[in-house]
Amino acid sequence: MKLIVAIIRPDKLNEVLESLYRADVKGLTVSRVLGHGGETDAVETYRGTTVKMELHEKVRLEIGVSNPFIEVTVRAILEAACTGEVGDGKIFVIPVENVYRIRTKEKDEAAVTPALN
Amino acid sequence: MVSSVLSATALLAAAVQEAAPAAAAPPPTVSPADTAWLLVSTALVLLMTPGVAFFYGGLVRAKNALNTMMMCMAAFGVCGVIWAVIGYSLAFGTGGNYLGDFSYAFLNNVGLDAKGTIPHVLFMAFQASFAVVTATLIAGAIVDRMRFGPYLAFISLWTVFVYAPIAHWVWGGGWLAKLGVLDFAGGTVVHINAGVAATVAALVVGKRKDFGRQAMLPHNVPFALLGAALLYFGWFGFNGGSALAANASAGQAFTTTMLAPMASLVVWMLLDFFRNRHATAVGAATAIVIGLVVITPAAGFVSPQSALFMGALGAIPSYYAIVWRSRTRLDDSLDVLAGHGVGGITGALLTGVFADAAWGGTNGLLHGNPAQFLKQATGVGATIVYSAVASFVLLKAIGMVTALAADAKAQGRGMDITQHGEEAYSNGEGALLVLETVDATPVVRPAAVATAGGVA
Repeated sequence: MKLIVAIIRPDKLNEVLESLYRADVKGLTVSRVLGHGGETDAVETYRGTTVKMELHEKVRLEIGVSNPFIEVTVRAILEAACTGEVGDGKIFVIPVENVYRIRTKEKDEAAVTPALN
Repeated sequence: MVSSVLSATALLAAAVQEAAPAAAAPPPTVSPADTAWLLVSTALVLLMTPGVAFFYGGLVRAKNALNTMMMCMAAFGVCGVIWAVIGYSLAFGTGGNYLGDFSYAFLNNVGLDAKGTIPHVLFMAFQASFAVVTATLIAGAIVDRMRFGPYLAFISLWTVFVYAPIAHWVWGGGWLAKLGVLDFAGGTVVHINAGVAATVAALVVGKRKDFGRQAMLPHNVPFALLGAALLYFGWFGFNGGSALAANASAGQAFTTTMLAPMASLVVWMLLDFFRNRHATAVGAATAIVIGLVVITPAAGFVSPQSALFMGALGAIPSYYAIVWRSRTRLDDSLDVLAGHGVGGITGALLTGVFADAAWGGTNGLLHGNPAQFLKQATGVGATIVYSAVASFVLLKAIGMVTALAADAKAQGRGMDITQHGEEAYSNGEGALLVLETVDATPVVRPAAVATAGGVA
């Protein structure tokens, strides 16, 4: 199993969630973050003070997935989050030592397999 | 002979004496009391523009908050100036049945002389505050997507070519005034007019990029409530001031203006409760505005009891118009059609029902004068048709010169950054100060954040 961390544009979040839902990927964490990926800086002016916004708002998704879902998840995000311009973000696939589901004390693969309710 | 001459002289003298009072009808004088009330009223109406800004600003997403509020505040500038330059003259110059003239262009001949019982300059200022707030209402239908420049061009031209003529029809001695259409403070001129123009604008400018696919929720509901409160407060000047005097009619308009939104708020909360099991805050803010819209044409023509009925009845069509609109593909983003269009039509028609000669104006349907109802319907129809056609032509004309809507990418980033280069809620992190030195070589001071090898 892996931990997939994706940094995407905030305005692409809805599309990515939709795409993940269609790919049957359930269970994720979303956080708002600031970041910079080489895109052009926006210049803003506040009554004579001109600033370059070096950090842009991004959204970070964290998804723990079982092995068969790694490709599916990555592809879903790649397709939905892409605009083709600098600043679309990145996806990291990170090895995971152990995963536990708190409710059932299940471990590893069982813990990242969607629960059937 | 002598006696006949004498008698002729006496006759002449008598004739002169008789004619004298008519010839020298007391010159209109400025009443200090009326002037004082209109001074206050004008300031109150001016407060409605920021009221609309907060109402609309709270209802949009955070990334578009400034743009939405700027659409309202900027009307002070462009619509106010164009009103002074030409709008006032076209609306209130003597002119003909359909349009004023150029006699007051650039405020020529608008002086300290009395217009009614208030100074002419003050009358002009009072009317200017109406022109500005009317234009801002349109913004609600095209938020989140219309480019700022074309928007300003549209509301400026709209003030001249749509608002001024209709104001002339109703208040400037035009054909609707002669027909006897009752519009105390602007149900047709302001609300139906703006509601229809807004709908046309929503259709011509087009839908927002993710409309119908993604929920677009209000980012600050307290702002919307604050805006509704400011509107309620300002509306006492809007309706109360439309008596153009500090008299009983002003007191009546003030009271009806207070009562109608109270009734519509109660009805709206009940409708909300039975439909959704909750009385919502956004609904309450909307209900107050709709109650105000409904009573506007009737404020000085109906009894306080009728005002309660009008407010209560008026909430219903607008409520269901909003329910209906959200199921259609019409992206009238903040429901200007349901609020001001439908609310204005309901108000104008109900004025023809509840109007009471004992409370000023003429009798309506309920007091045995069904003809008044038809006159009101004529006013409504004429306003809808003219406003729709003229607004459509203006928008298409501007659209031929430049794009009306921002592209999908700009909408995605948000209109605050793309249209104004500012953010409503910037946290300031990661902002590099661009120092412009005297010899104009920009110096960029490095930020305190490490970005090399960043993850995004």
